[in-house]
Amino acid sequence: MSILVIAEHNNAQLNPATLNVVDAANKIGGDITILVAGENCAEVANQAASVAGISKVIVADDAAYGHQLAESVAPLVAEVGAAFDYILAAATTTGKNVLPRASALLDVQMISDIISVESGDTFKRPIYAGNVIATVKSIDAKKVMTVRTTAFDAAAAEGGSASIEAHGNVHAATNAEFAGEELAKSDRPELAAASIVVSGGRGMQNGDNFEMLYKVADKLGAAVGASRAAVDAGFVPNDMQVGQTGKIVAPDLYIAVGISGAIQHLAGMKDSKVIVAINKDEEAPIFSVADYGLVADLFDAVPEFESKI
Amino acid sequence: MKVLVAVKRVVDYNVKVRPKADGTNVELANVKMSINPFCEIAVEEAVRLKEKGTATEIVAVSMGAKPCQEQLRTALALGADRAIHVETDAELQPLTVAKMLKAIADEEKPDLIIMGKQSIDGDNNQTGQMLAALTGMPQGTFASEVAIADGSVSVTREIDGGLQTVKLSLPAVVTTDLRLNEPRYASLPNIMKAKRKPLDTKTPEDLGVNVEARVQLVGVEPPAQRSAGIKVADVDALVEKLKNEAKVI
Repeated sequence: MSILVIAEHNNAQLNPATLNVVDAANKIGGDITILVAGENCAEVANQAASVAGISKVIVADDAAYGHQLAESVAPLVAEVGAAFDYILAAATTTGKNVLPRASALLDVQMISDIISVESGDTFKRPIYAGNVIATVKSIDAKKVMTVRTTAFDAAAAEGGSASIEAHGNVHAATNAEFAGEELAKSDRPELAAASIVVSGGRGMQNGDNFEMLYKVADKLGAAVGASRAAVDAGFVPNDMQVGQTGKIVAPDLYIAVGISGAIQHLAGMKDSKVIVAINKDEEAPIFSVADYGLVADLFDAVPEFESKI
Repeated sequence: MKVLVAVKRVVDYNVKVRPKADGTNVELANVKMSINPFCEIAVEEAVRLKEKGTATEIVAVSMGAKPCQEQLRTALALGADRAIHVETDAELQPLTVAKMLKAIADEEKPDLIIMGKQSIDGDNNQTGQMLAALTGMPQGTFASEVAIADGSVSVTREIDGGLQTVKLSLPAVVTTDLRLNEPRYASLPNIMKAKRKPLDTKTPEDLGVNVEARVQLVGVEPPAQRSAGIKVADVDALVEKLKNEAKVI
C-alpha cells in the first residue's frame, strides 16, 4: 500500500499535527510519502524527511502554494495523489479546506475525521457532535481521509532519512487570491498541541477577566481556550474556541473555568486525560465529565489557585 | 445577482442522538427535525444580500426524502424566492450531493452559492469544497464575513490560527461558520406567504447522478463514557489532588 500524507506547516516549521497523521498512516501500514506544498519551504521538507518511517518527501515549492489556497493545493494533491492508495491530511482548518476539494477531483467519497483504523478500508469517526461513533467502510479504490490528530500518537520527529524530490508542475489559482490574515500572536503553546489547557466560559463575564486565566496559564505553561459562549459573546477571538466546531483538544490537564459544559464543548475536550471544572453552579453538566470538580465562585477560586500552584 | 443556497434537513440540534439498540444506525424515530443550523446561517446571509440590493433572486435547494420540503418552506419563509427539491430516499453522501448541486448550478447559473460548512448529523464538512471542485469555482470556506464588490467576493475565514481573508472571483462557493450572522425567525405572514412560493421537484435521474453510497455504514456505538470524578472542598484540596494524585502539575 502507498500512502501520501499532506504536510501541515507555515513554510518554516512542520506542524506537529503532521506527526499524528503519520501515526495513522503507520496503523494502515505501507510506504509513506509526505507532500510539502508551500513557498520557500525547504526547511519544512528537511523536517519532513527526518520523520521516522518516511520513505520519500515530495516538495512543491512555489508562490502559488504560499498560503495553502485550496484552488492551488487541491489540484496538486489530486495530481500527486493519483498514484497513491491513501491520501491523508490532518483535520485542521487547512486539511478540511483542501482535502475535500482534492477528493472530488479524484472522484472519491472522502472520510472525515477518522479516530481509528479498523482495517485497510474500515475506520471509525465521530458523528452527531461526537454523541455517536460510526464505523464506516469505503468501497472506493482510493481512500482520502482527514485524521483527528488527538486520537493518534505522534510519530517520532527524528530518526528518518527520506529522499527529497521536487515536483515541478505548478497549479496556480486564477480565480482566488490571498488578501490578508490576522493571526493570533502568543508566547503560550498552541491550543491543539498544549499539554495543559485552561479554558474560560460565559462565567468569565468579559474579556478582561480572561487575564486571570492567562496568569494561571503562564504559571503552568498552558494554552488558553474558551467555550463557544465566550467567543460568541465577544470576550475572546474565535481561534480560542474549543468544541465540536472549534478546536478539538486532548491535553494531559484541562481546566474548565465558568464553563457549563454544553454537548458541543464537551465534544472538543472530553478526551483530555484529567479534567478540572470550576463552576459555582453545582448542577452544571461539566461536573459529569470532570475528574475534580470545585463548586466555587471563579473570581475567588482562580486567583487563589494561581497563588498556590 | 442570483444566489443559490443549499439546505439540509437534520435532527434538531437540541436532540441528544443515541444509537439504536442493535447498533445498525442512530435512532431517528419520532425525533424533531430542523434545518441544519449552518444552512440557516447561509439562508440568512443570502437574504441580507437581497435586502442590500446585491442579490436579486435566491433559489433554495434541498435533497432527500419528501419531508425535506418542510425545510425548503422554512427557507422560503426566511426570504428565498423559490425552491428546488431533489427527491430521493437514498442515503446521500457529500460527493453525491455535490454532483447534484453541480447539475443544478449548471442549469441555474448562480453568481454565488452559499451553504453551511457542515451538517450537524454527518459532520463531514465536505460538500461545499467538493461542489467548488466540480464546478471549478473558487471557495471561501468557514466564512465569518462576506463582502461583494465588482464581480468578486471577499471572504473572511475562521482558521486555526485566527482569521484569513481571500478574494474570489464570481461565481464562487461560500460555506458559513457560526459567526457569519444571527438568523432571524420567520414571521407568521412570511410563513403563510412561503406556502405559495414555487417549489419544483426533480429526481437524481433528472440530474444524471448515481446515488450509490461509496462509504458504507457498518455500525454505530456510543462514545466511551467518562465517569464523573469527585468534588473537592476547596482550592487547597484541588491543588493537592493535581500534584499528588493526578500528578499533572
